Amino acid sequence: MSNSAVTASQLGLCLCHGCGGLSRLDGDGNDLCCRRCGAALHLRKPDSIARTWAFLIAAYILYVPANVLPMMRTGSLFGAQVDTIMSGVVYLWHSGSWHIALVVFIASIVVPLAKMFSLTYLLISVQLGWTHRPMERTRLYRILEFVGPWSMLDVYVVMILVALVQLKGLATIQPGLAVAAFGAVVALTMFAAMAFDPRLLWEPKKDHHV
Amino acid sequence: MFEGSGGPDLTDIPSAVAQPKRRSSPQLVWLVPIVAVLIGGWLAVKTILEKGPTATISFKTAEGLEAGKTKVKYKNVDVGEVRKIVLSEDHSEIIATVEFEKQAENFLVDDTRFWVVRARAAGGQISGLGTLFSGAFIGLDIGHSSTKRNEFTGLEIPPIVTGDQPGRHFILRADDSGSVDVGTALFFRHTHVGTVVAHELDQDGKGVTVKVFVNAPHDQYVNANTRFWDASGIDMTLDASGVKVDTQSILSILLGGVAFETPVGTEALPEADPDAVFHIYSSRAAAMKQPDREMRVFAMYFSEPLRGLTVGAPVEVNGLLVGEVKNIGFKYDARLQKPGFPVDVAVYPGRLRALSPEGMPDPTPAESKARIDALVEQGLRGQLKTGSLLTGQLYIAIDFFPSAAPAKIDWTKNPPVFPTQPGTMVELQATFMNISKKLENMPIEQISADLRQALQSLNRTLVSADQAVKRMDKDVAPAAKATLEDARRMLNTTERMLASDAPLQQDLRTSLRDLSRASQSLRELTDLLDRQPESLIRGKKESKR
Repeated sequence: MSNSAVTASQLGLCLCHGCGGLSRLDGDGNDLCCRRCGAALHLRKPDSIARTWAFLIAAYILYVPANVLPMMRTGSLFGAQVDTIMSGVVYLWHSGSWHIALVVFIASIVVPLAKMFSLTYLLISVQLGWTHRPMERTRLYRILEFVGPWSMLDVYVVMILVALVQLKGLATIQPGLAVAAFGAVVALTMFAAMAFDPRLLWEPKKDHHV
Repeated sequence: MFEGSGGPDLTDIPSAVAQPKRRSSPQLVWLVPIVAVLIGGWLAVKTILEKGPTATISFKTAEGLEAGKTKVKYKNVDVGEVRKIVLSEDHSEIIATVEFEKQAENFLVDDTRFWVVRARAAGGQISGLGTLFSGAFIGLDIGHSSTKRNEFTGLEIPPIVTGDQPGRHFILRADDSGSVDVGTALFFRHTHVGTVVAHELDQDGKGVTVKVFVNAPHDQYVNANTRFWDASGIDMTLDASGVKVDTQSILSILLGGVAFETPVGTEALPEADPDAVFHIYSSRAAAMKQPDREMRVFAMYFSEPLRGLTVGAPVEVNGLLVGEVKNIGFKYDARLQKPGFPVDVAVYPGRLRALSPEGMPDPTPAESKARIDALVEQGLRGQLKTGSLLTGQLYIAIDFFPSAAPAKIDWTKNPPVFPTQPGTMVELQATFMNISKKLENMPIEQISADLRQALQSLNRTLVSADQAVKRMDKDVAPAAKATLEDARRMLNTTERMLASDAPLQQDLRTSLRDLSRASQSLRELTDLLDRQPESLIRGKKESKR
């Protein structure tokens, strides 16, 4: 039903991303800029799908070291310990703090994964030109954009601990390489979500590269 | 912007301005995943390259071990971590899978040893206190072999000496282990220089093999002539100079110990071979004793019972220990149809020669034989003697008995039979026997009959004596009584005569007074004559006064 609505692109109109001014597109619509503010005009985010794919693949790749490599090295009087995200969750769960374990698990493992899988699904759906349930897919995209930064929770925790717990001989905490990888994963998924143009969800396949 | 009614007038909307192309290549965004791949790939390669070998170590128990936490440390540096702990198939032990670091790759050789470091107190030492806080870890000692290995059996007790410790191992053998145990200290001049590292019964069960480790640089003091002895407890000797107590250290009293020393004069010998085997003596004295090079075995047949003679009993010449009893046997002489009890005696003639200050050269066997023959000719005999009257312990003395019946050593027998002389104890017995025989021959019955007769006549004499006394009582007593009465009367008369108021007394007193007066007159006369001697002629002069 909503697919039947007239779109701006069908009318040759385009909204400026910079000032919000409406411009008419003449010709093929390439290499144009806003008459008012001079910002480049695009009917759709340029190379949206390619960019999203690029960021998403990078995120997938870095997700592996983020989970395999140690997140945090704890050195104390009682010996040294190396924790990955998952071992931390397991440790919290075993030590009885199952609610904290759940929070960490959701924020650090479920959310990034869900985000990446969702984006993949959206991208594939756009590329294959699926037309069903655009509404749900748009809602999914909004949720993605919203929860994105929350995944940084783990990184923040590690950073705060590293800054606080530096008691020389007694206890020290050092960040592991996984923190960087994990931060990169979260950032890349956010970039991917930003690069994605939800308007593509409402268009049939042939219009993609307009 | 919308003019009039109806739909929007699209022509009013300003058209976009065309601009020269400034767009970036869409391919640039693909740099991001490429970088990610590079980073991921680098991490993966790094991890794979850093990943060391994996090995399994079996232990009796997993006490203190924790998968994913327990470290493997060498010189307190982490070289690996326990990844997994499972029970063995027969449930008799546990198998810990350990992931080593890259640098530990060449640690995993055939003779590498693993053990669990826990807090423990043994052998007077407390170790692994740090593990009380940090939890147990697996220690290892890198072997020297070049054969790779991936399955190890962990030691239950940490090795006392690890491969990186400078020093040397020596093998000792003993008849029994005494107080020696793994971890027992090794002393050199009362200094703790090493440890017993292994200790096991021989395969045939006839002895004990002890492996000791002497720390460098003290291992240089062990040479081919070094003597080891069991230095456990207290060595107490009582001799003419008093009581001497010798011990290596308090530790050795409690836990035992092994000491070694090289006899004086042989310190310059080259260091001992690595596979040299030393004997553990029971005491320092035994260890430092000169070894007996020459040994002669003789058999001796004694006429007296051998009760109290034991294998190892001393054989003495003039009170000096020259040998010992090796064996006490039994032989049936079929020709004489008589049993014999040969006592095999080992004699070390070198001990006597060693006592000679100028030193005697070792004789040739023939010389030695001739010398012994000559001595036997002069009366050299073996004799059983009592060492202690209390315990009845016997020893064999070899002494000269010039009066002994001539005898010779029977060299044809093996061992040669050495002539013997009945011992002092036997002589004493013979004397007693003689005395008892004489006693036996005495006419005791006749003596007793005579004695009885004598007693009877004595009885008669006594009876007649009694009668005499009675007669005396009857006849003599009254006369005596009368005599006594007369005597008393006479005494009374005398007493009366002598009383102060008796007439005799009175007369006597008067007479005495007269006598006194007469003497006074005489004095006056003599005085007068003294003054006037002429008066004798002229008469008394009248006084002028």
